[in-house]
Order: sequence, then C-alpha cells, then structure tokens
Amino acid sequence: MSDTTANGLAETSARPERRDIGIKKRYAAERRFKAYGIIAIAIGLAFLVALLWSVFSKGYTAFWQTEIQVPITFSEEVLGTPEQANQSQTKLMMANYPQIAREGLAQLLDVDTSDRDAMRAVGALISDGVRIELRDMVLNDLSIIGTTQDVWLYASSELDSALKGQYDLAVPENRRPISDLQLQYIETLQEQGAIEQRFNTGLFTFGASSRAETAGVGVAIIGSLYMMLIVLALALPIGVAASIYLEEFAPKNKFTDLIEVNINNLAAVPSIVFGLLGLAVFINWFGLPRSAALVGGLVLTLMTLPTIIIATRAALRAVPPSIRWAALGVGASKTQTVFHHVLPLAAPGILTGTIIGLAQALGETAPLLLIGMVAFVADYPSTPMDPATALPVQIYMWANEAERAFVERTSGAIIILLAFLAIMNLTAIFLRRRFERRW
Amino acid sequence: MSTLTIIFLVLVIGLAGAFLAYRYSRSLAAKDGAQLHSRPIYHASYVACWAMIPALLALMVWLVVSPIVIASDVRGSFPEGILAETSLTEDLAYGIVESLGSGLRVLPADERETITDATPVAELRELLNQRGVPIASASADWMVPLAIQLNGMQIFSRWAMTAVVVLLALGGAFWGYRNIAPRLRARNGVERVVTGALIAASSIAIMTTVGIVFSMLFETIDFFSRISPMEFFFGTEWNPRFSGAGSEGSAGSFGFIPLLAGTLYIGFVAMLIAVPIGLFAAIYMAEYADSRTRSVVKPLLEVLAGIPTIVYGFFALVTVGPFLRDLSAQISGLVTGDYTSFIQAQSVLTAGLVMAIMLIPFVSSLSDDIITSVPRSLRDGSLGLGATRSETIKRVILPAALPGIVSALLLTASRAIGETMIVVLAAGVAANLTINPFDAMTTITVKIVAQLTGDLEFNSPQTLVAFALGMTLFVITLCLNIYALYIVRKYKEQYE
Repeated sequence: MSDTTANGLAETSARPERRDIGIKKRYAAERRFKAYGIIAIAIGLAFLVALLWSVFSKGYTAFWQTEIQVPITFSEEVLGTPEQANQSQTKLMMANYPQIAREGLAQLLDVDTSDRDAMRAVGALISDGVRIELRDMVLNDLSIIGTTQDVWLYASSELDSALKGQYDLAVPENRRPISDLQLQYIETLQEQGAIEQRFNTGLFTFGASSRAETAGVGVAIIGSLYMMLIVLALALPIGVAASIYLEEFAPKNKFTDLIEVNINNLAAVPSIVFGLLGLAVFINWFGLPRSAALVGGLVLTLMTLPTIIIATRAALRAVPPSIRWAALGVGASKTQTVFHHVLPLAAPGILTGTIIGLAQALGETAPLLLIGMVAFVADYPSTPMDPATALPVQIYMWANEAERAFVERTSGAIIILLAFLAIMNLTAIFLRRRFERRW
Repeated sequence: MSTLTIIFLVLVIGLAGAFLAYRYSRSLAAKDGAQLHSRPIYHASYVACWAMIPALLALMVWLVVSPIVIASDVRGSFPEGILAETSLTEDLAYGIVESLGSGLRVLPADERETITDATPVAELRELLNQRGVPIASASADWMVPLAIQLNGMQIFSRWAMTAVVVLLALGGAFWGYRNIAPRLRARNGVERVVTGALIAASSIAIMTTVGIVFSMLFETIDFFSRISPMEFFFGTEWNPRFSGAGSEGSAGSFGFIPLLAGTLYIGFVAMLIAVPIGLFAAIYMAEYADSRTRSVVKPLLEVLAGIPTIVYGFFALVTVGPFLRDLSAQISGLVTGDYTSFIQAQSVLTAGLVMAIMLIPFVSSLSDDIITSVPRSLRDGSLGLGATRSETIKRVILPAALPGIVSALLLTASRAIGETMIVVLAAGVAANLTINPFDAMTTITVKIVAQLTGDLEFNSPQTLVAFALGMTLFVITLCLNIYALYIVRKYKEQYE
C-alpha cells in the first residue's frame, strides 16, 4: 500500500518534466486578464475623480464673494429729503447710486473725483449691483438719508477673479481685464482691511443676470422645486396605480403585454424626444405658456413614470405571496388585500424608486431646452405658470458665457446641483437600508 | 366662477356626502343590528364617487366641447369674404375677435355699456389701449358685434356649466345616499371604480407613446410636404437658412447625412472606449472581486451614472476639450516643431471620450447583472475540469452571456445616439462630413436643440425639420430598444 503511494507520488512529481501543459503561460494569462479588470476599474474611477476634481476645484471659490466696505454718503442733495421721498419715490428710484458708491470708494482711496480715468478705474471695482443694493437700503429705511454709513458692497467680478488668482497677472496690462492702477487700489484697500471675502449668499438667492457677481441660482432652484413638486404629485400616484394594476390585477393578455413593452421602451427613449412631445402637445395643442414650470413638470413626469413604475413593480413583486394568501384567507377582497397589506409592505421600495426617479428628473436638461426654459428670468416665479428656469438649464446657460467669473459660477451651480442629487440618493439608500425587509 | 372653484365645490359636495353617508350607515348598523354588507367607509366612498365622478366628467367634456361649439357658431357669422379665404386668415380673424372679446371684459362696466354692435372698431381700440390691451391692426368693424356675441356666449356657457356641474354633483350625492341600505354592495362598486382608475393610470404609458408618435408624425408630414424625403434622407449638405418672412424658395438645404454620420461617429468613438472598460470592470466585479471591494467600487462607478449629462457637457467644454487641444499642440510641437494643435477643442474625440465616461457605468452594471445571472453550475463545471478562471470566463461564461451582453450594448448604443447635452456643448455645431475624429461634427440631437431654441414659428421648414429629425431619432432608438428587449426576454427564459 505504502509502496504504491510512494510510486504514485514519484510519478506525479516527475510528470511536469515529461509533459508541459503550459501552466505557467496559463497563469500568466490569468494574471493579465485580472489586471485588465483592475485597470478598467481604475480608469473608470480616475474619470470620476477627474470629473469631480475639475468641478470642485473650479467651483468652490464661487461660494465666496469679495465685498468692499465703503463709507456711503446718502446726501439729501442727491436723494432728496425723507419728506420728499414720502410723497414721491421717483427721485429715489432714479438716483445714480453707482455714482454715490464710486465717490465713497474714491474718498476711501484718496482719489481726486475730478480725475476721470482714475474714477473710471475706481468705478470698475464695484459691481453694478450696487444700484439695487443701495436703492433697497434707502427704500427700506428713509431715515438713513443725510447720514454716512459703512456699507459692504459687492465687488465687480474682475476684482473678484483677480483676488481669487484666476487671472494671470504676468501678462501685459492691456491684455488682462484688470489694470495695474486697479491692482494698486486693491492693495490699498487690503491694507485698510476694507476688502473681505464673504460667504456668497447671492449665489443662492439671485436670478439671472448678465453680471457674474449678481447672477445666482435662486430663481432656478425655485423653478426646479416647482417641477419636482409637480412630478411628485403626478408621477407617484399614477406610477403606483399603474404598477399595482400590472402586477396585481392585470390578466396576461395582449393588452397588458403591450403596456409592458411600452413602459420598457419609454424608459429608453431619448429625453429630447420628450421635449418634442411637450412642445407639440402641451404648448402647441393645449396652449400652455412657454417657459412655464408647469409644462416642464408635465414633461418630466412622463419621463419619470417608467422609472417609478419599474421600481414599484419590483417592490410589489418582492412582497411574498403568503401575505396575499393570508389576507384573502381571512376574507379580504382583492383590492383590500393589495391596499391594506401589500402596498404598505412595498412602500419603502416605492419611496426609494421615486426618490431616484426624482433625482433623474432634477438633472434633466435637454427636454427643458425645447419647451423654452432657456430664458433670462430675473424674478422669482410666483406660480408654476410663470416663466421659470431650472437648475440644470441655468448651468447650461452659464456654460455658454465666456467670462472667467461665469466658469466659476457654473461650477458653483453644478456643486449645488450635485449636492441636491447626493442628498436625494443618500436618502434613498438610507431608506432602503433602514426599512428593507427580506422574507 | 373659475374652473378651480367649481372643482373645489364639487369636492366639498363629495366630502359632505361622504360624511353624511358614513353617519347614516353607522346608524343603520346600530339601529336594527343588521349586518351591513360593506363597512361604513365604503358607503361613504360610494356616495363620494357618485357625487364627484359624473360631475367632473361633465366638467371636462364641457371644457373641451364648448369652445369648439362657440367658435363654429361665431365663425358661421363671418362675412362672406373672410369665409372664402384660406383657413389661415379665418384663424387669424377669429384670434382677433377673441382678443377683442377678452379686451371687453377688462373694461369697467360703465364703459362696456357704451359699446354696441354699431361701435366702430377704432373707438374700441382706443379705449382698450388706455387699459394696456393692444389690438391687432387687422381688426375690422364687423368684428365688434361678433366679439360681443362671443363674450355673451362665453358668459352663458360658463353659467350653464357651473349650474350643470353643481346640480350633477348634488344629484349624484343624493342618488348615492338614497341607495344606502344594509344590503347595498357598496364595496364592490367602489372597487370597480378603483380598478378603472388603475387601468386608466396604466394606459398613460400607451398614451405617452401614442402622443410622441402623433405629435411628431403630423409635423413630420408637414415638413415632408415642403421638402422631399429624398432630399432630406440623402442630402449631404445641411444648411437651413432662417429666411426672412415672405422670401419663398430660400429654405436652405436639409441634408440629413452629415448629422447621421456625426451621430454615429461620436457614438462609435464613445462605444469604442466605453465597451472594453465597462465590460472588463463588470467581469472583474462579477468574477474576481470579493464582496467588500464590490460593495465599495460598484456604487462609486454608479455615481458616474447619477451625474447629470449637463455636468459631463461642462466637463467636456472647460476641461477635456482644452486639455486635448493643448496636448495635441504639445505633441505636434515635439514631432514637427510646429506648436499648432491638430485636435479642435470641440471635436468628435472630445465628445466621444466624455460620452464614454457617461456610458461606462451603464455598460458595466448591465453586463454585471447578466454575467452574475449565468448559472453557478456552468462555472463549477468548467473550474472542475481544471480551467483557470479567465479561461472559464472566456470559454464558458461570456458565450453563455453573449446574447444578454449584446442587448446591453444595443441599449447603450441607443443611449449614445440619443444623448444631447454632452454633444451640444462638446461636439460643435458645424455639420461637417469628415472622417477625421479631431474635427468638429454635429449630431441629430444638437440640431434639434439648435432649430427649436429661440422664437418659433410653427410653419417654417426650419422648425419643422426638428420634428423630422426627432422622428428619425425615435425610430432608430426604438428599433435598437425593441431588438434589445427581445433578446433579453428570450435570454431570460433560457435559464429560468
């Protein structure tokens, strides 16, 4: 017995010398194959990192905005007395506020107000937005007329970009948007501590503007919010109802088969086609207003429906049949079984699918371009029928602006959009983890 | 009364009816101790259904039908000259009458009194201009009585509608309430309504498809009546000039070939990059990675799928495009000494590369699902015969998963063809016909966006062409999707 074993061992150990079955080559091939997989994943992740890094490195500065503290003299000569203002506000509305701001800044910098070139350089340091900023200040509180106040004013986008190091200051003066004189002024202001980077609330509250420093995504966020509410209000009930029918009630026949193929196909139709549908049906036929959040919401609803239906059906299918049998067994009707027992158990899955569908809808741009949401909207829409714009559309419009400050704003807006999406997806993951049941 | 108020009123009636029905059926059960067939809540829903459904249906029908009736009546009294004209002039005239009518409603009551059938339109226009209502210059005197008639009919219709709808709601509630009895099979009735609603909801999917097809079909037919299909499908020049009003015959050329070529070329480049990366990533994750690596890497790759395409477009525009351009300048500088870039910032390569990034998670997660659904026994059998893992994958798993992977690739291709925002920002707008991937080309989707943004007129070939393009795009992706779904279905059955 022991002899044969020893013989056998000797035989196997001798075999590789006799017959080469290429094990080394095969293992090398194996390692190569595995390496391809790792390389592929590494490339994918590298792309992800490059994408996010590109957006964040360009965009994080957008959350800070340079402001200058300027002593503003609200003189009665320019604005009129408070009594006059109480009677008629025309003078207050029409007053040359940029001029006031410019003079205030000139005083701070010790610049002669009659030197026109210097004054122009000074004026270009402050944003045009001061017109509205100062006017609103005066209108809110007439008693400041005749006094001098220290006011933080938005700096112009050129100053802002220069301070953030976005301009190459080594190039000759005439080829960059900010002059040596202005740089000198900025230095003086920095020495006085009158210039500061502050958190940019305007990015979240302003609407469209042709000046980068007063452009914000406030209006776009409201527009997107309206659309999400419409999508939620329509797509969730319709999607859930459709899935319940298909999953629980529908007989297997040609009609339900047709619906099924339809839904699967709609999930893969290019989004721009939905834009064409919205343009032809909602705007042309039904006569709904262009650029309205309502139309956008309807189009996105149709787009989101397949996602919600597919997720809901999966959630319904995951509820074990024993639940249905038990309910039917104690005398519940089919409808009662579904609505009282199956649906509550499927709710977390449905919710997760809905949130993911909403996140998709929030990032969708192409169909909104076709229904006219590429609009310069500076005022908050008060109803879903008003012209509005959406967050991704705002990003698209800013992406087409050449100015350096707009690139920063665009990246900032993308960060906001990604933050919304991240919150929604994390909520979905949390819900799934928290409420998921396995039977 | 506004439509919303009417709906609100109907809801209130329904709720009140439901409340009364609930109390009544409770009292029935308590009084004679009779066994109710349905629980009180079903009686309540039963009455609410009777109150609301007929009333709301009537409201809907009325809202659709009454404008048509009114319009045909008003048009019937147009003077002969207008009726003889084309339908376009008639529409225009009706539009003016309508705006006159709505202008009349803006006027305060005492001024409206002074307007009679004999008032010349000039006088009315002046009055309306004071209130900031502009009236078209083509308005004529005969329109004033028609506008007054239109207004009268509209007011009457609104009153009648309100009355009919509210009466229907009350009547329905009353009828339902009267029917309440212990033996009433209220639950069955309510459940029938619920099932009906469910069916209606699921047919919305079909209606969407029908809507897509028809909305584009009509405009496409309109387009092909102006530009011949031959010229569209086989033309090699794309140059739709936006002609000024009235300059007939300068429609420009609508050759579809350059757009199709650009779409396919960019899609091809994207697939060329995305497919190997996605497929290898999927194979590694399905066959090699342990569950910890998988649970980290898979969601990370899927983050790529969750990023909106506009972000990819921006990435292409400000990062990838300039990067490739500068890189090519460096390369040509090193090779020839001449630092001019041979890759344009907007090029097929830029768009294809960025689109590939977007497609990677798509390819990898679809293929991952398919590879993991190959039965364990096939794997074990191959490994048991002494094959290495990579041999098992290449000789057994991939052949078994091939139909599924092909369908995944078809779905990915349809995604690539329909993608819009990346190409809008990265591919350029010039309709070139070239095979140089470093040049700019344009796609179907870019042109749809380009033709339809801005102010629109719905009767010029320049805007209608967008629908023809959309239709073509829809048909191409539909074929890809349906074929892919067909393969998936067939394949699924194989292992179940």
